[in-house]
Amino acid sequence: MKRISFKTNFILTVIFVIGSGFMLLWASNSLGDYWARIITLMAIYGIMATSYTLVNGVTGIFSLGHAGFIAVGAYTAALLTLPIQQKAMSFFITPLIWPLNSIQMGFLPATIIAGCVAAFAAFLVGYPSLRVTGDYFAIATLAFAEIIRIVIQNSYSVTNGSLGLKGIPPYTTIWWAWGWLLVTLIVLGSFKFSSYGRALRAMSEDTVAARAMGIDVFKHQLMSFVVSGFFAGIGGALYAHWLTTIDPRPTSLGIMLTFFVLIMIVVGGLGSLSGAVLGAVFFAFSAQWLRIVESPMNFFGLTIPGIPGMSMLIFAVVFILIMLFWRRGIMGRDELSWQYIYNHFSKRVGDQD
Amino acid sequence: MWLTDFAQNLINGTLLGGLYALIAIGYTMVYGILRLINFAHGDILMWGVYFALYAVVAFGMPWWLGFLVGIALAGFLGFGIEKIAYRPLRNAPRISSLITAIGMSFFLESLAVVVFGGIPKSFNIYPKFFNHTLIFGHLRIQTLTFFILGITFLLLLGVLWLLYRTKTGTAMRAIATDIPTTSLMGANVDRIISLTFIIGSMLAATSGIMWAMRYPQVQPYMGFVPGMKAFVAAVIGGIGSVPGALVGGFLLGMTEILVVGFFPNLAGYRDVFAYVILIVLLMFRPTGIFTVYSEQKV
Repeated sequence: MKRISFKTNFILTVIFVIGSGFMLLWASNSLGDYWARIITLMAIYGIMATSYTLVNGVTGIFSLGHAGFIAVGAYTAALLTLPIQQKAMSFFITPLIWPLNSIQMGFLPATIIAGCVAAFAAFLVGYPSLRVTGDYFAIATLAFAEIIRIVIQNSYSVTNGSLGLKGIPPYTTIWWAWGWLLVTLIVLGSFKFSSYGRALRAMSEDTVAARAMGIDVFKHQLMSFVVSGFFAGIGGALYAHWLTTIDPRPTSLGIMLTFFVLIMIVVGGLGSLSGAVLGAVFFAFSAQWLRIVESPMNFFGLTIPGIPGMSMLIFAVVFILIMLFWRRGIMGRDELSWQYIYNHFSKRVGDQD
Repeated sequence: MWLTDFAQNLINGTLLGGLYALIAIGYTMVYGILRLINFAHGDILMWGVYFALYAVVAFGMPWWLGFLVGIALAGFLGFGIEKIAYRPLRNAPRISSLITAIGMSFFLESLAVVVFGGIPKSFNIYPKFFNHTLIFGHLRIQTLTFFILGITFLLLLGVLWLLYRTKTGTAMRAIATDIPTTSLMGANVDRIISLTFIIGSMLAATSGIMWAMRYPQVQPYMGFVPGMKAFVAAVIGGIGSVPGALVGGFLLGMTEILVVGFFPNLAGYRDVFAYVILIVLLMFRPTGIFTVYSEQKV
């Protein structure tokens, strides 16, 4: 098997990124606003999914609290970018507390602060939760995510409670979203293939053996959890400025969102960053496409009424089928690298090994 | 006056705790035998309530028959779920079964939205006798409280009898420790596990119907909160221990009602207490109050 040199790899990657940039430029100019929004959403989901798969796939601990960090990021960024008049208008039950009611900043610093706050939240959640393992860890993180959601729902003077935040400036464009996705992939990719990442993979294979090799399991897991929380916060910030309205209902920034991101990473293959992006693209695309099922159809003069909720049912069925028959997902734990593509094709063409 | 308030809160706490305990018995039984956190437990509960509601409203059955039909159909549902989704993954990594259980929960919720619609329905098919309020001096007790307590104790005794006094129960407890050896002893493992799921689901439906009599609104996502609370109750009592689930349920219900009763401005945070208790317990005493010693399988 021929190994592709670093130089070739690098050049191909740069060409690929520039090519994708031109594709996005074409898409944003000629596909119309509707599809531009969907393509933006793909990247936002991509950020959420890659950060989720870092914990659930690469590190091999199973968290169900991702939506909590996304919510923290979304609220932090939205509170920082909302125009001051809009804040005064929205918070009519209880006025917003002091430092927040007079701040308005740009999108980039707000996003980065959102990521940091979410990373801190991930630290606060991860530090105690990581003392338990397996399905108990999943339940503990789920409980923390619910706590975050309930606190958001009840802190009227900070988050406007169940009324949610309205009129968030629609800053998230294709460029912001895909740009941040690129940053996420570069950071998480280098993380996965650094010595830390190798330690994470060793731990996910066999925790006891990894500990015997001198790996501080708790420290590594916590670090991966915090990094994942940071990018979940970034994803949340972009999501808030894509939606322009956020509220703490379970169906918007609650357990439902964790389900969705879980579907993406299971489709893409648990543990693969590029698989997570593919899963996110698949999810965003098919969620739009499945709207057809939910709207009334005219079929040769025969009107079939739309079935509300049908698209979620189809996702659920696909999800269970994947878990039963195709647990590897699209990518398994591999990454979509040039080497991977080369190996794939050389296997097809000849039988050289 | 303070004492009356306290007593009234205790009564309300008993009602809520009885409900939690009832749901937790089914939850803990399935976990104790299969070591699987059945995320779909709350959703089977929801389906049981819908079955009962439709049996009465659409098929004109008397309310008690409707309840029985709902419970029986939920048993079938549990049987099907185990057979289709959990059995193929029995030898897969445990996390896979957990993910599948989450998927199953999502599936049952979405299916309920498609079949029954997302709009909450009123559960008003039972005689008003149950919501009658008895007044003793300053204290008010709903008839339902006695009913729920009675059912909870009866089912607890039933489950304990099944687990410790029958051959099937012995096989169930054996499966909890070691599946291959149990099957070598001549027990039909598949059948016993199916039976566990059927009973667990019927318990879920029973508790769901009681829940709907207390909070008479049925909607596809109604199972999430009772499911989580029952899990917390089961963890408090030591997950896998049936008497522990009873104690855990009552403790949780009492705590929630008393805290909200004495600090009314914390009412919005009511669900947070349960989760905080859960996290603290998982961290410092994951075996719960009733420690069931079990050797860890390596």
